[in-house]
Formats: sequence, structure tokens, C-alpha cells
Amino acid sequence: MIEIKMPRLSDTMEEGAISTWHKQPGDTVTVGDVLVEIETDKAVMEYEAYQAGTLAEILVPEGQNADIGAPIALLDDGTGGPAPAAAVASAPSDSSERLQPTPVAPAVSASPATPPAASAPGPAAFSPVANGTANGTANGTGNAGARRVASPLVRKLARENHLDLSHVAGSGPGGRIIRADISGLVAAGHPATTQSGPAQSAPVVPPTTAAPGDVTGAPGALTPAAASAAPAAPGASAVPAATPGAPVAAAEADDVRGTHGVPISQVRRVIARRLSASASEIPHFYVTAVADAQALMDLRATLNAQLTEAGRAAAGRAKISVNDLLIRACALALREHQDVNVSYGGDTSSIMLVHDRINVGVAVAAESGLIVPVIRDADTKTVTQLGAEAKQLVALAAERKLTPAQTSGGTFTISNLGMYGVEHFTAIINPPESAILAVGATTREPTVVGDTLEPRYRLRYTLSVDHRVIDGALAAKFLQTLTSLIEHPWMIIA
Amino acid sequence: MTIMTYRQALHDTLRAEMLRDDSVFLLGEEIGVFEGSYKITAGLLKEFGEKRVRDTPIAEEGFAGAAIGAAMLGLRPVVEMMTINFSMLALDQIINHAAKIYGMFGGQASVPLVIRTPGGGGQQLGATHSQNIELFYAFVPGMKVVAPSNPADAKALLIAAIRDNDPVLFLENLALYNTKGEVPDDDTPAEIGRAAVTRPGKDLTLIGYSRMAHVAAEVAASLAESDGLDIEVVDLRSLRPLDRETIIASVRKTHAAVVLEDDWLTYGIGAEVAASISDGAFDYLDAPVRRVAMAEVPMPYSKPLETAALPSRDDVITAIRQTLAAVGHRTAEPLALGVPQT
Repeated sequence: MIEIKMPRLSDTMEEGAISTWHKQPGDTVTVGDVLVEIETDKAVMEYEAYQAGTLAEILVPEGQNADIGAPIALLDDGTGGPAPAAAVASAPSDSSERLQPTPVAPAVSASPATPPAASAPGPAAFSPVANGTANGTANGTGNAGARRVASPLVRKLARENHLDLSHVAGSGPGGRIIRADISGLVAAGHPATTQSGPAQSAPVVPPTTAAPGDVTGAPGALTPAAASAAPAAPGASAVPAATPGAPVAAAEADDVRGTHGVPISQVRRVIARRLSASASEIPHFYVTAVADAQALMDLRATLNAQLTEAGRAAAGRAKISVNDLLIRACALALREHQDVNVSYGGDTSSIMLVHDRINVGVAVAAESGLIVPVIRDADTKTVTQLGAEAKQLVALAAERKLTPAQTSGGTFTISNLGMYGVEHFTAIINPPESAILAVGATTREPTVVGDTLEPRYRLRYTLSVDHRVIDGALAAKFLQTLTSLIEHPWMIIA
Repeated sequence: MTIMTYRQALHDTLRAEMLRDDSVFLLGEEIGVFEGSYKITAGLLKEFGEKRVRDTPIAEEGFAGAAIGAAMLGLRPVVEMMTINFSMLALDQIINHAAKIYGMFGGQASVPLVIRTPGGGGQQLGATHSQNIELFYAFVPGMKVVAPSNPADAKALLIAAIRDNDPVLFLENLALYNTKGEVPDDDTPAEIGRAAVTRPGKDLTLIGYSRMAHVAAEVAASLAESDGLDIEVVDLRSLRPLDRETIIASVRKTHAAVVLEDDWLTYGIGAEVAASISDGAFDYLDAPVRRVAMAEVPMPYSKPLETAALPSRDDVITAIRQTLAAVGHRTAEPLALGVPQT
């Protein structure tokens, strides 16, 4: 019997959600078959079988999460071994603990030199009760025979507090129910009945939390910090806003605001965690500049006309966008100011990291939430190459088919909300990068040229910078270079 | 209180006990003229003379037997076995005679014998000179085995061993001789068979003895600093009798345990400790007891291989993290900042 475990599919992944099982118990599995689709923090990915056999049991059903390394299914490879349920029971992954079961000799206290052993309670006295409680058979919950794996401590607490463990999800290795899983139940002195849904959350959330006229302090309240963070997140305004941060459960039964809970996706949880960490840990500062984009727009128009004429813009090959030109302009500016292309090494590190490769991330507002595919070595690619690659990555993001390689390794990010008519905005840095460029719309504005006003294209952009590694003057010089490139756009494609 | 090395504490205690009691005498290889392979007996031949500090031939079985006879007749011999590896030549004397005489002869004679001997690897002394075989003696009823991890315990346990009426194997460790610590000035003996909670905590119980108790204290202090972990450290101090009461009380409080030992994992001291926890704290465990021990190989001579074979601080930290993860103890998540993605 082989345990199939939750794989690590991306660098930042800590747990995955089972999206779809492609095999059911009893199905024959050959090497390379798609077993399951797993939703990570970045994408939905197919997971193939590395071993052949028959799928014996699915341990994590669709829609549920499991930590990396936790068993998600059992594959019978014909080598026999323990029955499925017992296999889970012996799941501790430390090989050193895989000892042969030996009959327990309750005779330690017989040793003449070991008086303290008398304090050991006789194990036999507990076992019948433990089995009755933990199996759930006493409650007739229908999973008779499927022994729930729980730590001895949990079994004792369950006995003492008359808890039914059959609905408690185990978060320990192999799905073992550990003390942390029932601490809410025990603390509340709450005898869970067999009907009480997902048991952990029930006693933790009082039925009504909001005092009359509640303004602050209610667990579900949108805090000022969360409210202001939301618009600042690159691309966030393109996403239908779920209540950020606050636990959905806490907002249940809130009639005052007519609230209802919406499950938070894996992607959304990662966005929440990473951006909170970034916003609270990185001392951001912001530098805004405006460029005369007339020449850029003219160049783009000329380029696209000539590309179309030459037949190179046909057949699905996109025209060049302002964003494509900006990606290359940023890459070139980064090449000139390599000390912007860096990562802070952490408070305990004596070094910061300077990246020789320029990998530019492009924030994409996918339906599932913000995702940042990365164009590697952007400074070595032509504008048409960048445009084609960006288009392909955006399409993959929409289908949630980006691979971890395509969403990692970035050294700088561009977030462009210009297509929504945003004049300018500030973005939160995407760690471990140290800077992000927030780009507004290119619009025609009255511009002073000599002594007259002329309608010309103008473009505003704001660089968010990690002040721990980049100072204001450096940020300003970077923007100066970028502005110069935008205003002399032939330099971008030169 | 005086700050001194483990070596100095042993030397001073031997001398003080010899001054206190005329029946205490020393014997062993190279302990007199050469002043001991590890200089524990430095100066004692000069001070006390050949009658009380006796150099012996290289014949462990012979001088162990002589010491047992002397002990049966009322003296208090303190034998130095140059390392615990050589004590195997005297196994029959120690196990079949010293440990058995009191019981086999109805209490007509006791054997107030101390065998001092260092164990431990890490000195590039090769497979036959780097072992931790204290288990051989801790296994045998009739023996007592103590294993101090610091200078204060070295003193208090050596006093207790010398004054005890049963044969005591007194385990020293080559890696501990130069460690320093505070040593009380009075000569209060330790209670043989009593472990010490050297650091109270609530997240996990870390159990060790001799060098690994020293490592345990260091790791617990460093994880408290770096991760805010609150780890309880139990220093066994005595391997036989084993203080199950203290171990069990600690694990009942923390619900998780990691056991450290310098010997081999299979059938090792840690197995006995883990079994004791299962007996006395089963219903309090939230995760399996984990053990950290030496690699199951004869100790390599090569320095990198020897280092790899010995249980390291990193091994201990890994075991602690795995155990804490298994009980759902989530320490503050390391921030993604500054960590380059690959």
C-alpha cells in the first residue's frame, strides 16, 4: 500500500486543495495517469501517478485542503501491507519510528530498581472506553470500522469532556486529531453532538457578536487598515471584493449589515497573507513622475502600422501595447540602475541580494484574484517578444494554468491600471522584490510646450520602494531614466 | 560558588573525598606518574602516595577484580578506566561480580566501588575508542549508572557515587572535560536516581544525559531566542535508577517529547525513556515520542564522517520542529521577504 501525499507544487505553497479526483477507489492507475487536480496558491495543477496500482482509498475529498506531505489517497500496489484504515493509523512519516509492533509488556514496574513506575496508570483500564469514544460507534455515525486517528491526549480529553471526534478534522500528520483541533471544544466545555457540523468553529463563534451600533471591535468589522489596503493592492480593484482579512464565520448572522459569508479561495488567502506581510513589514515610500508620452504613442502607432503592413501583426500576433513598451523600458532602466534590482536579506542577514537577471512580473487581474506571471530576462527580449510572452502569460493566468516557474523568480513588478482610466495609484511591493511600478492611464492633457498649451499624451506612474535597500535619490534617478526612455522611445527599441 | 571546568570539578572532588575518608583510594592505568590520560588525577600521587594512588598494569579485568575485592573488605576504591571502551575487558568482573555479590550472597558483603570512565566520540579516536556503551551497565540490576552533564553535577554525583554502598559506573564524556560551570563550594551529594529539570517550559520536553543534556540546554536556549519556543529540558543525570517520575511529570505537562542520546538508536537508552513515557504519559501525548541518536555505524575516523555520524544540534532542532509541527504548534511564519525565490 502506497500513501499518495500532497505534493509541493510551488515555492510558496503550504497546503493544497483537492480540486478534482480523476481516479476513484477501485480504478486502475498506471504511471503517468492524472490522479488529481490540486489547487495551490497559484494555479490548478494536474498531479500524475508515479507508481502503478489500484486506487484504494481517497483520504481527502474534493474541496478539502491538506498540508504538504499529508496523505491524500492510498494506492494499492499489490505489495499487501496494512488495510487502508490501519495504514493511516501508522502514518507517522518518521522512518525511525516505524518499529515493529511488539506486544506491550505491562511489567515495567516489576523491575526492582524502578519505584517511580508505579505512577504509570494501567493502560488496559482505559482502552475499552477509548475505543468506544473514538470510533464513533457509540454514536452510530456510520463510519463504524473506520478508526479515527487521534492522539492519546485527544482521546483522553474526548473521554473527559464527552466529545464526539467523528466530525473533527485532524490536522496532525496523517490526519491525526491533535489537541489543537479540539482545544476550542474543550475550552468551551461544549459537548459536541453528532449533528454539530464542522465542530471546531461552532463554539468559537458566539451567535451574536455585534453590540448595538457597533462600529469598532466586532470581529468581522472591516478595519481601517484592511479598507485602505484593498485599493492599494495592484489589480485589486478589478477583483470583486470579498471582505479582506476578517474571518467570514465571524460575520455570520450579522443582520445589521446584511452580511453573508463567501468562501475565500486559496489564491485569495495567499494574496491576503503576502500583501499583509509586505505592507506591514516593508517601509514603503512612493515616488511619482509624469512623462510626455506623445512620442511613445506616435512610435507605437507607427510600429503597429508597419508591423501590420509587413504581415507580422496578423494571425493572432498582438499589436504592440503601451505596456509592452513599458516592460522593456523598465528592464532597461533596471539594467542602468542595478541597485534597484535587489532584495533585502532580512534583519538577521548581513547581505542584500543583487540580482544580475532582470525578471519583470506583470500583475494580472485574473478572475480568481491577483496573479503575477514573470517574464524572465526582460532586458534581453525585443518588444514584440515581450508582447507575445505577456499575452501568453495573461491567457494562462485566466485559465489558472500558470506553472510555478512562470510565477516565480521576479525581480521587479509592473502593475498597470491604465486600461481602467486610473490616473495614478500606489502599489504594494511584491516580496522579495524591492520595487513595483504602478502605471496609470495615458491621456491627452493640456501641456505647456514653449509658451503655448498643446494637447499631448501624458503618463503618470508611481514607484513603490523598499526603503531598507533603496533610498529616495536612487528611486528618483531610476524614474528619471524611465521618463527619459518614455520621452525618447526609440531608445526603448534600440 | 566557583566557576571551574568539569575536569577541575572531578579532580577537586576526588581529592576532597580522599582527604575526608582514608578508605577512598584510586587505581587505574597511568593515573599516578603520568597523572591520568585526561589529567583528572593530576598531583594526587604526590599528595597521597603510592598506597592510595595506584598505577596498574594494562589489565582491566585484573584491576577491576582487585578493586571489587578491596570494596568487599571495606575500602572505597575509585577505578579509572581510561575510556569506557576498555571497560569491556572487565565486563565479567563488573557485571558478574560487582553487580551480583550483594544479592547473590544475601547482603553479607556490599561493593562500594566507583568506576569512573569517559565515553563519547568526536575526538577522531576511531570506531573502537569512541563508543557510548553505558547501556551495557545501565541494563544490569545491581549496578548504578550516573552521567553528569555539567561541573556541578560532576561534583555532586561523584561525591554521591563514592559514598554509595553499591557499584556505580560514573560516566564522563571527552567532550565535556573542558566545559565550565558554577560549582557549589559545599560537598552535598546528589541523589542518585534523580533527574533534573534544568529548564522549565511548556511546549515540548527535551530529554538528554551527559553531552546530549548539554546540547539540549543549548538548543532550548537558542530556540527560545530565535523562535520564542518554550522548551523544557530534563537532564537524566542517572541512567540507573532511571527517574521515570520526573520524565513522566514533564511530558504530562508538555504533551510532546524528544529524547536525545549519543549512543545508537536501536535498543538505546532513548528507547527505554520513550517506553517509560508511553507507560506513564500515554494519555497525555499529542504526538509520538521522537528520538535523536548516533548513526547506526561503527564510528568513522574521518572527521567529516564522524561529525555526520554524531547527533548534531541541527538534528535536534529538526526533531523538535517535526514534533511541534505534529502537535499543530505553529511558530510565527517566516516572512517571505528577502528570501529569493528560485
